[in-house]
Amino acid sequence: MSPDPPDPAADPQPSLLTGWGRTAPTAARLLHPAGDDDIAGTVARTGERGTISRGLGRSYGDAAQNAGGDVLDITGVRGIRRLDLDQGIVTAYAGTSLDELMHRLVPMGWFVPVTPGTRFVTVGGAIAADIHGKNHHYEGSFCNHVISLTLQTASGERLVVGPHDHADAFWATAGGMGLTGVVIDATFRLIPIETSYVRADTERAADLEDLMSRMEAHDDQYRYSVAWIDCLAKGKALGRSVLTRSDHATIAELPGPKQRNPLAFHPRVPFKAPPWAPRGLVNPWSIRAFNEVWFRKAPRDQRGAIHSIASFWPLDLVEGWNRLYGSTGFLQYQFVVPFGEEAAMRHAIERLSSAGAASFLAVLKRFGPSNPAPLSFPAPGWTLALDIPAGSPRLAALLDDLDDVVVEAGGRVYLAKDSRLRPELLPRMYPRLDEWREIRAKLDPDRVFQSDLARRLNL
Amino acid sequence: MKDALGAVQSVLVVGGGSDIGLATVRKLVDRRCRTVVLAGRDREGLEAAAKELRARPEAPVVDVVHFDANDVASHQRFVDEVFDAHPDLDLTLIAFGVLGQQPEAERDAGKALQIVTTNYVGAVSVMIPIANRLREQGHGTLVVLSSVAGERARRSNFVYGSSKAGLDAFSQGLADSLVGSGANVLVVRPGFVRSKMTEGLKPAPMSTTPDGVADAITAGIASGATTVWAPGALRWFMAVLRHLPRVVFRRLPI
Repeated sequence: MSPDPPDPAADPQPSLLTGWGRTAPTAARLLHPAGDDDIAGTVARTGERGTISRGLGRSYGDAAQNAGGDVLDITGVRGIRRLDLDQGIVTAYAGTSLDELMHRLVPMGWFVPVTPGTRFVTVGGAIAADIHGKNHHYEGSFCNHVISLTLQTASGERLVVGPHDHADAFWATAGGMGLTGVVIDATFRLIPIETSYVRADTERAADLEDLMSRMEAHDDQYRYSVAWIDCLAKGKALGRSVLTRSDHATIAELPGPKQRNPLAFHPRVPFKAPPWAPRGLVNPWSIRAFNEVWFRKAPRDQRGAIHSIASFWPLDLVEGWNRLYGSTGFLQYQFVVPFGEEAAMRHAIERLSSAGAASFLAVLKRFGPSNPAPLSFPAPGWTLALDIPAGSPRLAALLDDLDDVVVEAGGRVYLAKDSRLRPELLPRMYPRLDEWREIRAKLDPDRVFQSDLARRLNL
Repeated sequence: MKDALGAVQSVLVVGGGSDIGLATVRKLVDRRCRTVVLAGRDREGLEAAAKELRARPEAPVVDVVHFDANDVASHQRFVDEVFDAHPDLDLTLIAFGVLGQQPEAERDAGKALQIVTTNYVGAVSVMIPIANRLREQGHGTLVVLSSVAGERARRSNFVYGSSKAGLDAFSQGLADSLVGSGANVLVVRPGFVRSKMTEGLKPAPMSTTPDGVADAITAGIASGATTVWAPGALRWFMAVLRHLPRVVFRRLPI
């Protein structure tokens, strides 16, 4: 809980909010409920422009914005409610960050079931976006591990929902972008670990075919798998990449000195981006240089290297790295195409490469099976994610074309990353959208829960 | 909602018959815009424009609404009705204005007042309620068609120029008052535009077309600019002209 709760009745001045990409700011009343008891009242007092929960603001687009309405900063509702160390089950408030959970749980030998590219997301956000990580092919997305969650609905009711109880409401909330209600807390299963290290195999792939065949052949032998791909490489080198696959290391696998404190967890955030950066700092030349170095410095083939688990989140080393893109901001484009549609993936990478749509750390990954949530993003197939400066020329038309390629291939884009999709494509990307809308209509008939994303895409 | 790359989903054109307004709407519809409200006096002309827009492959919803810049008493109601019918207007384009006849206007106060009332008084009167609605909705861009004629009064059209100078100054101040509200204002300063308004006049140097102005507007919306010139080079041309000594400036054939 925050030490000095602001008066919830006070009517704060509008705050300008954006997503992580820092594009399309809108103004909302930013409310800071101090504890879970505060949330029902805050929802009840919502005006006609509605309300939406906001965690650490890591969604790239407008998912946690609500122009002219209320935004509930949920990060004050945080902490662990219950912890069962025998079963490895935790109940945490929605505003708890995965970073905070790891600091508590890793030294006790437990790890969160799914982590995205950053530790700085909340449990509530993890559920609203049904986040995935490097282990999706192995154990699915975040909500696969959730046993139950408490949902504050628009009617003032507090529902405890799970895959077996109020399953409709649970799966509509999983990946539901906060539009079914406010998640108050969630109970989920943890992963037992012996150490805070991973044992990683790293290899370079010469091109896209090489990469995909390596992933197909051996991904199932690893818990974690992700490839960094150089989206500026062209021709024969198209899709050249560095594939890193890993598992939690056992104590026996650690070198001697590390065995003495195998669960040490002290990830640092050693760098801080300056508050302001010129618009053109991230440009095709700086990115090309970065990608070249990243590829060359990676080992050609290295087996069994022991890394701190913090190596999972290279971007977390730089606080506020999103500011490096300057005032015009950036966006992330992430899509998935089903297995068998490798040609579509290749076509998309070719288009991005020839347009010089530059990106640090574009990543390619194989997804495993999807879960029952109608709006959950992951589906069996290949996913590509890349950051692109918003000021890039002809970007709007390029991404519109790529959307068409993705839709034709039976794929979709990730709503937690989206900031520019054509609304008419949404039902084709998410064919169960109407099913989700029906459940949402029951949970929130008056559309109390609203966001810029929901307005833009007519969710 | 405006997206990350500056594409809007809905637009209100006040002065919906304007060539620049319609050229802009066509470009917006090419992207994401699916709701268009054309407001103006010339019902027939607006209906024809609406018909053309509806026939486009994107099939936007087009509404035609009556608006008279000089009937200031009606403006609040006009704004309320349009915004109630179309919550979340992403873009409002103030496109009305009259050029008038300078030789008559500089000797006939009534004629001069017609120009000033429409271009300045009418605009102020409708922009204030619009800005209030944008504050309430927490987002939205107000695009105001000013003119380079407002940057420095020219002997040949200073009545029109003064009305645009007032509008331009008002819009800049309004823009500053909206900082932090989620809404913003884009002031557009076209040079000589070859359009209905200037039919029969001899084009000034660096003239442009409604399409050229529309390009400047859409680029300005995407980049979050506060002022754009059309063509862009006019910015520097005017910067020089503004600082010429009066005796020189007065004698220029512009």
